[in-house]
Order: sequence, then C-alpha cells, then structure tokens
Amino acid sequence: MAQTPETSQVMSASDLDRALTRIAHEIVESHRGVEGLVLLGIPRRGVPLARRLGERLARIDPGFSPEDAVGSLDITLHRDDLRTAAARTPEPTRVPSTGVDGTTVVLVDDVLYSGRTVRAALDALSALGRPATVRLAVMVDRGHRELPIRADHVGKNLPTSRDERVSVVLSAVDEVAAEDEGVLIERGRA
Amino acid sequence: MKHLLSTASLAHADASAILDTAEEMSAVSTREVKKLPTLRGRTVVTLFHEDSTRTRVSFEAAAKRLSADVMNFSAKGSSVSKGESLKDTVQTLEALGADAVVMRHAAAGAAHQLAAADWTDCAVVNAGDGTHEHPTQALLDALTLRRGRAAAAGVDPRGTDLAGMRVLIVGDILHSRVARSNVWLLHTLGAEVHLAAPPTLLPVGVEHWPAAVHYDVDVALAAEPDAVMMLRVQAERMGGAFFPSAGEYTRRWGLTDERLAVVERLPGPARDGSGAMILHPGPMNRGVEISSAAADSPLNRVLDQVSHGVSVRMAVLHLLLSGDRGPDRAAEAASPAADPSTDRSRP
Repeated sequence: MAQTPETSQVMSASDLDRALTRIAHEIVESHRGVEGLVLLGIPRRGVPLARRLGERLARIDPGFSPEDAVGSLDITLHRDDLRTAAARTPEPTRVPSTGVDGTTVVLVDDVLYSGRTVRAALDALSALGRPATVRLAVMVDRGHRELPIRADHVGKNLPTSRDERVSVVLSAVDEVAAEDEGVLIERGRA
Repeated sequence: MKHLLSTASLAHADASAILDTAEEMSAVSTREVKKLPTLRGRTVVTLFHEDSTRTRVSFEAAAKRLSADVMNFSAKGSSVSKGESLKDTVQTLEALGADAVVMRHAAAGAAHQLAAADWTDCAVVNAGDGTHEHPTQALLDALTLRRGRAAAAGVDPRGTDLAGMRVLIVGDILHSRVARSNVWLLHTLGAEVHLAAPPTLLPVGVEHWPAAVHYDVDVALAAEPDAVMMLRVQAERMGGAFFPSAGEYTRRWGLTDERLAVVERLPGPARDGSGAMILHPGPMNRGVEISSAAADSPLNRVLDQVSHGVSVRMAVLHLLLSGDRGPDRAAEAASPAADPSTDRSRP
C-alpha cells in the first residue's frame, strides 16, 4: 500500500504568494526597517524566493534596493556529507559589494528539514564576513531537525514523516507556469 | 570521476562541471577568508618524478586552500633514486594516509598505469606524463579562454563552452603534452584548433588530430584566431636536429614585435579589433618564442593562467575527492543530474 506514491498539494501558488508577503512584513517588523538588511538565498530554490522577498520589501519600504541587498550563498563546499554524497558543481555565491560586515543577513531557503544545510550556510557566511545578526526564513518547516537550529520566519509549518518528500515548486527553477507553483507533499517514498 | 588522467577521455559534461566549479573556486580567493573546509582531514600527495615548480606549487596551493594536508615527494634524493618501483612508492604513500596522488612522470602513461593497476585506492591526478598529457594545464587554458570571451561579451562564463572560438597553438607540438591535452579538450568544448610548427616539431599522425595544421605562423595568424598560445621552446631541443638555431626559430616561429602588431589588430574574442588573447604555459623564454613586448602586452594572459591554475586544480581535487565513500560511483555517474535542492530534503 505504501508502495504507491501519492502526491498532494499543501500550498497553492496564491498561498505561496501570501506567505511571502507575510514573511516580508515580519522581516521589516523584526528588523525595525530595512536599513542594513541583506537577503541571501541558498541555491537553488532559496535564490528565487529571496528575490521575491526582496521585491516585496522594496514595495513595503522603497529604501530597500533589491539589486544591492539580495544575493545568493552557495553551501556546496561547506557541506558535511561531501564524502558520502555525489560530487556536485557549486552554484554562484553573490553578496552585496559592500559586504556583509555589520549587516542583518536573512538566509532564505525552501524547506527546513535536518538543519544541516543551514549549518553549512552559517559556515559559508562566516567566511564572507561578520554580520551583526543572522536570521533564517524558510517556506516550509517540515520538522525532523538533527541540529539545534530553528527558523525565525516560516511560510508553513508542515508536520511530516521521514518517508514523505516535500518539494517547493517554483517557476524559476522547475520550468512550470506561475499558476502551477506551490508546495507538494509526496507520500509513500522511502 | 575517480581519476583525472587525460583530456582525451574527458566528456563535455565533466569538463564543463570542472570549469563551472573552478569559477566558484576563483571567487574564494577574493574573500576575506581564502580557505574552504571542503577537504579537511584529507591528504594530497604530490609525487613528482620530474622537476617542476609551478605545477607543484599550484597543486599545493589548491589543496591547502581546500584545507587538505599536503605531502611533497620528489624523486630526486628519495628512495626512487635508490631503485624503488612506482608501485612500492605509491603503496608507501597510501600507507602514510594519502587520499589523492598528483603525479608527474617522465614516462607517458605512468598515471594511467597507476590508476588502472590495482595498486592503490587513491584518486590519481595526472600532472604531466612524458609527452602524453597535462590535463590540468589544458583545463586552466580553457578557463582562461572561456573567461576572456565571456568578459568581452559581458556575460556570465558559467555554463558556456568554447563553441566557435579559434585557438592557434604555436611551437614544439611534438614534445608538448600541453599541446596534446589542449587539442583534445578545446575540440571537446567546441573550439576550432589550429597548430603552427616547423615540420620537424610535429608528431607523426598529426593529420588525424581534430586540428588544422600550418607550416607558417603568418599564414596561421591570417586565419584570425581569437587566442594565440605560444609553447615554450625547451632548451634541450635548441641547436639539435629540430631547428638550426634559436635565432632562426624566433624569426620564423616566435611571437616577435612585428607579429605582436598583427595580433593586436586581430578581431579577438570581442570581435571589435581589440586583439587576440596571448597564452603561454610558462615559464616564458623572453626573446626566444615570445618577445619581451609580447610578454608584457595587456593581451598577455599568463598571470591569469597562473591564478586560474589554482582554481582549476581546486575544482579537480574537490570533484575527485567528493563522494568517495558514496554507495556506488558507477551508479552516480549514470545519473549526474541529481537535483541538489531536492536531495537536501532527504535525511
């Protein structure tokens, strides 16, 4: 019975949109403005999510410049499973030309699971400079943490079992139409 | 990939993966902390049976920037000069904890022998074997060419190849492993390769190579290459049966001030007459194959090549030493398109 994968949608494109808007407001609220705020997406899906958050921040406060303050942070070379996982090509890391020293960096990713990606991202970030504060925004928190890490801004808390697979489908990465975006959960996959 | 032995056997996808990875490795040298934890606790041995400073230092810098430990082993003054076989040397190094062996050897095929024979589990990187291949040199040349063209066009070099580029290689093709590795790699990446050399310095069978052959540099330059790669004239070949004298070589085959003027007027990668790139594997013999003015020309990319060498070697060491405890290298080779971000959502 568990052999048949069963896919269901837990967030639609408009749910995704609303969650991003809410997270953007939360970021501005907790940072008390947009001064010294930097968004870094973790490839691959964190990058378009960070870009969309940046657009919303600019709408909330025109003082925020997405071109200057949104970037990407690749973690491939900081992973702790390099010896057991297949070799992969790192994605680009782009940080604001002014650096990250003294800023508030918001790391953006699609799914928070074991927490190992975020650990690697914190390592990668410390090689780039010393931010004043680091926060974490994720679209889905699916639980099963293996490290003492939590998210500051969550699109949706999604209780899952380990044999389920959660995917955030984005038009920028998955080549689907904008209305087919959303969050899918696939059951019965070991 | 378990070993890097030649560029002839390197697929387009693998070569592109190395170059794209090298792009990210280059970015590391501009950061505050010029070091990555990627190979922490791993050991890289440089095993050089021939003299070399640049290649060895470059590999050493690459390994250290990835936090690996480096052991240097040179054949001179070692147990090899006492008659130790390659097999015994390598097994000794592995017993000392080596994970990768970077080898230069005077015999063509030495690295292949090491990788094919069941002597060691180490990853083997060929850093030059006789007159056969020197793959990392060709990869750094390809990175330099690719970046040069992307910079001229104002685009991101990642994901591009060398399709449509014309590259002229001038000099001692016969004894050059750099030329051989470049011919195969640049051809794989889609470039059009031209060779120019005296007939005495061309190997038998060169007509079967994927390259156009010229016997006159000026004719070859008239074909408007985007880049000109000058090979070093090895001192031991001078005055022998290959060409009469260094002076005559310079006049007929060198990048003299007069030829530099021609190169400066070529369309180049930007296609606007800003000149072709000049490459040289180093060390340059000023006044022999390259004039001092050409060596100091802004078109000359020799120093870029050196820094790209470190990036390419970091990429190679990272790709060879990642996933070595994985379930099955063969299985992963069959599905290289594993999606990194969906992978992450698995435990």
